[in-house]
Amino acid sequence: MKNIKYLLLRRTTQIGILFFYFAANAFGWHVLEGTFGTSFLFQTIPLADPYTTLQVLSTGFVLGADVLLGAAIITLFYFVVGGRAFCSWVCPINMVTDLANWTRRKLHLDKEEVNYRFLKRSARYWIMVLGILVSAVVGVASFEVFSPITIMQRGIVFGFGMGGAVVVAIFLFDLFGVKNGWCGHLCPLGATYSIIGSKSLIRVKHNHENCTNCMDCKVVCPENQVLHMINKESISVTNGECTNCGRCIDVCNDDALAFNIRKL
Amino acid sequence: MNHSNNRRNFMATTVQSIGLTALSGMLWSGYTDSVKASPLVLRPPGALPEADFLTACIKCGLCAEACQNRDTNVDKETGKQREGTLKMAKGGDALLIGTPYFIPTDVPCYMCEDIPCVPVCPSGALDMKSLLNEKEELDINKSSMGLAIVHKESCIAFWGIQCDACYRACPLLDEAITLEYQKNDRTGKHAFLLPIVHDNVCTGCGLCEQACVTEKPAIFVLPNKVAKGKAGDHYVKGWDAKDQERVKDAKSQINTTEISKQDSTDYLNSEEF
Repeated sequence: MKNIKYLLLRRTTQIGILFFYFAANAFGWHVLEGTFGTSFLFQTIPLADPYTTLQVLSTGFVLGADVLLGAAIITLFYFVVGGRAFCSWVCPINMVTDLANWTRRKLHLDKEEVNYRFLKRSARYWIMVLGILVSAVVGVASFEVFSPITIMQRGIVFGFGMGGAVVVAIFLFDLFGVKNGWCGHLCPLGATYSIIGSKSLIRVKHNHENCTNCMDCKVVCPENQVLHMINKESISVTNGECTNCGRCIDVCNDDALAFNIRKL
Repeated sequence: MNHSNNRRNFMATTVQSIGLTALSGMLWSGYTDSVKASPLVLRPPGALPEADFLTACIKCGLCAEACQNRDTNVDKETGKQREGTLKMAKGGDALLIGTPYFIPTDVPCYMCEDIPCVPVCPSGALDMKSLLNEKEELDINKSSMGLAIVHKESCIAFWGIQCDACYRACPLLDEAITLEYQKNDRTGKHAFLLPIVHDNVCTGCGLCEQACVTEKPAIFVLPNKVAKGKAGDHYVKGWDAKDQERVKDAKSQINTTEISKQDSTDYLNSEEF
């Protein structure tokens, strides 16, 4: 039986966080209030999404101190703790795209990774920059207009409406369109966290000695370009695009991968 | 040969990338610009003017949560929590998604004295300063979410039927809506009790709209920008000393047009046609 330790931990964290956001509106709990845009932890510590904050700032509007402080706290947290950990441990869309990916493997739609000429994994960085520019030109946070992440989160807290269509669209795009299409190619929030966390401390480390070259890790990895060292070198995954999801550690039967603290 | 081919490919890819980026930027801007154009929406108290509000709102929903979970939001009969006033715009609402708004006929703004929705706003989209009175205290009566408009033709009070539902429902009783008495010439012995809204007092809470007894409310709240006209700066109230202040520095300027000496009927004979 395959190990699902990190998968379970991640799902517990994701669903737990969403539940607290939901409970803030439904039962008036004061654990996590608001949504990713800005929220408050225990009514005191502000948390804010750095990319949303940047979008609003680019319009020239001076945001309140709580938002700026919250964005600084979140940036610092992921800068130190773990890069795109937001993507795999918090973001609700991760559950949707993981499901699409899993279905893809079960339906054997997964045989080869198609190399699209204009849909490279670097597209997200361009979209990230473009989102800031469009926000500045139009005067409205432009990614927030259709961001499936906050639409799904607000859907869970306040009700979906037609917004659910965006979530379904992401699922279908990842299942029948591009493999890891949304999280791995397009999402500007993931791109932001890739940059923020590129020097973060918690990293997956590969032990070349134990590796039997089964490549199970590369099959499950949503960003498998970061695992270039498999069966080659005993080094850490330092690419900021690694989401620290730990699936590679789960599926490895040879004890060749483990979380590690990066040496400074 | 190979070298120049590489260069040509590189150039072509670069040009195509720039082109595609420009295309997506334009589509993205167009879409974003169109979804923010929804003038018929009522925002929470203290909201900045609509365009600024759309820029400033970070779509966190803290205002809606505060509105939903305020202590007063309990049904007095059942003791259960009621639906809050503020909704968060969803896909399909034809509003900028994730922004708070309310629909008076569903749930109007109950004008809580402590205004729970405003101080929680972290971004500044709901401006607390605009709700402070002379004593620097929060005062919900300072809010201006919209303006109630009476459609005379469907208002049964204008038909001569006695109804003062909106007048009674108004939290600023006899200030925002007053009743004007008028003789009913049709019967000769009854009075009209006509609801008149005063736009400097009305906050746009929508309690009147919810209370209105007609099938579709004859009194309804519209956003200020939609509901209000504007006379223009060149109209000055000559009888109002304060309004006169605006033109106290104006210089008089007399324009004269030279009056033609010709008789007005002469032009048919003198002009060339």
